[in-house]
Amino acid sequence: MNIQIRKYYYGDIPEDNAGGSESKESKVSPATGGGGNWPLWEVFIRSKQGLDHKHVGSLHAADAAMAIENARDVYTRRQEGVSIWVVESKFITASNPEEAGELYEPAADKIYRHPTFYELPDEVGHM
Amino acid sequence: MNSSLIDYIQHLADNALIMAQRNAEWCGHGPVLEQDIAITNISLDLLGQSRNFYQYAAQLINESEKSDEATEDSLAYLRTERAFKNCFLAEQPNGDWAQTVLRQFFFSAYQFLLYKKLQDNTDEQIAAIAAKALKEVTYHLRWSSEWVIRLGDGTEESHQRMLTAIDELWQYTGELFMPAAYELESGFDVSSLKDDWFNKVVAVFEEATLPVPEKCFMQTGGKTGIHTEHLGFILAEMQYLQRTYPNAEW
Amino acid sequence: MPVQDFEKIFQDKIDAEIKIEPRDWMPEAYRKTNIRQISQHAHSEVVGMLPEGNWISRAPSLKRKAILIAKVQDEAGHGLYLYSSAETLGSSRDEMIADLLSGKAKYSSIFNYPSLTWADMGAIGWLVDGAAILNQVMLCRTSYGPYARAMVRICKEESFHQRQGFESLLVLSKGSEEQKAMCQDAINRWWWPSLMMFGPKDSESTNSDQSMKWKIKRKTNDELRQQFVDMIAVQVKVLGMTLPDDKLKWNEARKHYDFGDINWDEFWNVVKGNGPCNKQRLAARNKAHDEGAWVREAAMVYASKKANREKQEAA
Repeated sequence: MNIQIRKYYYGDIPEDNAGGSESKESKVSPATGGGGNWPLWEVFIRSKQGLDHKHVGSLHAADAAMAIENARDVYTRRQEGVSIWVVESKFITASNPEEAGELYEPAADKIYRHPTFYELPDEVGHM
Repeated sequence: MNSSLIDYIQHLADNALIMAQRNAEWCGHGPVLEQDIAITNISLDLLGQSRNFYQYAAQLINESEKSDEATEDSLAYLRTERAFKNCFLAEQPNGDWAQTVLRQFFFSAYQFLLYKKLQDNTDEQIAAIAAKALKEVTYHLRWSSEWVIRLGDGTEESHQRMLTAIDELWQYTGELFMPAAYELESGFDVSSLKDDWFNKVVAVFEEATLPVPEKCFMQTGGKTGIHTEHLGFILAEMQYLQRTYPNAEW
Repeated sequence: MPVQDFEKIFQDKIDAEIKIEPRDWMPEAYRKTNIRQISQHAHSEVVGMLPEGNWISRAPSLKRKAILIAKVQDEAGHGLYLYSSAETLGSSRDEMIADLLSGKAKYSSIFNYPSLTWADMGAIGWLVDGAAILNQVMLCRTSYGPYARAMVRICKEESFHQRQGFESLLVLSKGSEEQKAMCQDAINRWWWPSLMMFGPKDSESTNSDQSMKWKIKRKTNDELRQQFVDMIAVQVKVLGMTLPDDKLKWNEARKHYDFGDINWDEFWNVVKGNGPCNKQRLAARNKAHDEGAWVREAAMVYASKKANREKQEAA
């Protein structure tokens, strides 16, 4: 597929058209990059008592305690949460989307697992 | 008119406002995005506290003068250098991140003890403002303590920068516990908080592997309106629009 | 499976409005386009903090100060959400920021204009955020899942940004003669740059439009720009102000406002680094970054010291 993108959008200015505003030399050595090599953490927030924690995004922090506080400052500025979980992103194991077929499709035809599969007389009422 | 009570409330408000103004200077310039947001949150909390105190002071002033001229903004924007009663510590420049977090730690440790006491104040309004703010300050104290420890016990450079910051700021901590007349009349004797404050500093510094400074000369004056030269510039900038366009609505 | 099949499955998903998620197969160009667009968007939020942050210390009332601080802080948050979503595509925040600081990566040119008076805070909120929101609402339906989710969160938070800007101008428009003049002047200066935010005219594009096909972008530049003009042309009347365009006129046949020509030379010049504040903006970001290096390093060193100590205690 021959892909050429020649249309320029807000938030998408191709570099070849952008010219040099500053020196092209990167002054940033890897050791002092934007996250300062602070590892990436995934953040899960319980929005109120009684609900599950839900993934809301990620952030950088030097350690777990800081990750909790950063999550508090970044993701709960509008009372979005009452409890926070953080886990370093590298410890998350994810299923492979290419195996989605074998993993999830076999469940598709087991319709007898769902209550709507069973037809009962109306007199039974709610069951 | 109970002028010492009004002075006292304005002192509480000025402290919070000047700290908020200083911390907000970091907005957009923090060492990492997450901490840019954190220090700005602290600034917003302090700004909120100052507004609560100014509004109360304005109410008392208006009641006693039978007018409606005093507002939170008239108190923040139309008083001059000598009328501001914030402590020296609050107006000190941000310096580097070490100086900012140390200033916050000294200040939050003080504010924590102060508000804890004020939440039981006989003046219900002061008690209510203090009780609400105490939750915020508890977090500020935690955040700033952790940064002091992290930088003190971090790299050689961060340790050295903390030493420099201590050297810069320690001389302004004594004033926090030397009561001004209005504090004694309308608040309480803040010198009673000194030991608890010092013990907190010792505990955090110990974990941070930082030395607790020897006794040194302590600067005083801010609470009674004799400030360092920094305050004039802070006010010149902060009050510029209100001064340039008198009586305008914004 | 041959690559063509993967590409077909991928395009079928997009056509069926199924979101693409980080670990799904995607064409390399889709990944790259998304990284570039999301990171430029993130950079725009972070650089966008500067022209407004500039007025925090001078805000004319405590209420306005609180609003402005909260708004600029939100932009830091939005930058962070966006960097996070770009990171799911395999580009680290460090790399993206390095590209910003070196001048290689771009950000929205609008932030290279100076904020000169207090009224600029209102004009930026109303016009610049207003233009951005039209883009962002569209991007809530973009095909890449993490980007779309970040946009949903951002749009929720942004809803107050444009309103506070307009309200702030409304107060000025009812104020003294000086305040009215300040208000009109800010609108005059920010109007054309806001229109430029939507990018070049659709007709400038000669090639097939991959971003539309991939549903990264769902409306064309001109569609969005027209939507913006139609909205602002009405709102400006509420302010009793005017837009600096004598060709602006309701077109009954089109059911849209006609408007004048945009100065594209100026647009590309600003993009290329010749805007009034390009240098200052990048210098400010570089300074914050450089002066923060020892802080970030110290935090890491302390974290590993602490982890080691905890390990030893456990042993």
